[in-house]
Amino acid sequence: MALCSIQVNVNGTNYQSVVEPRLSLADFLRHELGLTGTHVGCEHGVCGICNVLVDGRSVRACLLLAVQVDGQSVETVEGLAEGEKLHPIQQAFMDEQGLQCGFCTPGFIMSLKELLDCNPSPSEDEIKDVLGGSICRCTGYAGILRAVQSAVAKMGGGQPSSAD
Amino acid sequence: MKPAPFEYAAPPTLDEALAILSENDPDEVKILAGGQSLMPLLNMRLARPELLLDLTRIDELGGVRALDSAVSIGALATKRDVEDSSLVRDRNPLFMESTVMIGHPQIRNRGTVGGSMVQADPAAEYPAVAVALGAELVARGPGGERVIEADDFFITYLTTSLEPGEILTEVRVPDLPAGTGWSIQEVARRHGDFAIVGAVAMLRLESGVCVDPRIVIFGASDRARRHPEAEALLAGERPSAALFESAGQAVAQSLEDPTDDVHASADYRRDLARVLCARTLSEAMERAEGSGA
Repeated sequence: MALCSIQVNVNGTNYQSVVEPRLSLADFLRHELGLTGTHVGCEHGVCGICNVLVDGRSVRACLLLAVQVDGQSVETVEGLAEGEKLHPIQQAFMDEQGLQCGFCTPGFIMSLKELLDCNPSPSEDEIKDVLGGSICRCTGYAGILRAVQSAVAKMGGGQPSSAD
Repeated sequence: MKPAPFEYAAPPTLDEALAILSENDPDEVKILAGGQSLMPLLNMRLARPELLLDLTRIDELGGVRALDSAVSIGALATKRDVEDSSLVRDRNPLFMESTVMIGHPQIRNRGTVGGSMVQADPAAEYPAVAVALGAELVARGPGGERVIEADDFFITYLTTSLEPGEILTEVRVPDLPAGTGWSIQEVARRHGDFAIVGAVAMLRLESGVCVDPRIVIFGASDRARRHPEAEALLAGERPSAALFESAGQAVAQSLEDPTDDVHASADYRRDLARVLCARTLSEAMERAEGSGA
């Protein structure tokens, strides 16, 4: 089986690697680059725990092959904090108890980063649509929703508009 | 849970993809578009192709274009591309509504329009809307280009009339005719799940009576289907709750061999089809009245 050479920018750093075609992006990040902040849950696209951003869009890293991101940019949860200073979404998850065990948290946070990058004042329905794409078995989601609303306020988003 | 090994090709043009397809045993090749259905099958090793043919580097298969009275959606356009398309929003609000019912944002960012059509899941929204609107599916193969009516494209569970050497290139979605009221509704366990049963309704009102009524039920049997018996009950009649209820009953009676599985019994699906038919007709009528036609 032919190996493939790929070049990927992850959190601002360029990496060159030779991979098996069947290697998922999630396993590439974790096993090849040692970026274990991206967690792996169901490995078939249902749980949303491995969500990362590819060229700014949230995707399931278990449903994408590493060869498919050749030439593209990937953002993972490791790329969010600036030194010791957490990203406002991360800080809000801590402040509002948006996590308990924390296993699902990176997937939620990366999807929410895409949402807030595209739409700084999302309505509650728009937030819930994104939250629906990941599964959390600890929090019951109320703390997560509170965290997003708190992050929106802290990041300078206006009053949430009603979806129409 | 990792895929079995496979060779990988990601050609930059459709011609090269067709050549690769013709040079290999079609049973040993899987075509990858957005991967939101195929990748789980690979991860679970339910599919074990020798070659994975990735179309996502073929720019000519993307994009949304205006035709005279239709919108042409490239097979590789993602659901996110459709969501962001003002052209689809203006020309076909039914197609737009069905798009945002699919999965979750993270799925729609990768999942493609062509992929959903070719996957032909009986509970998927796009095949149902394609059948309701009379969409055309365009395929290229060794013999050239072929245009297939949606109703002839979907055969049964996960099966289309595409030939082994063909690749779907484009979906032509006719514009909603002026004055058409429409509705798509579904019942699912969770938001974003595949429907247990769903319904699409379209109709126009002329001189107070229903014109060109269309009813499609999906998720209830082997594929999305129109229901001509129920449509015939509506054509030329004044709309009323009682009329829509009788159409729902006709749909329930004409439903052949409803799916019976862990998600819902056949009887429950039959009853959902009745209820959703009446509800979508009612909403379609409200929209038709609101359009001022």
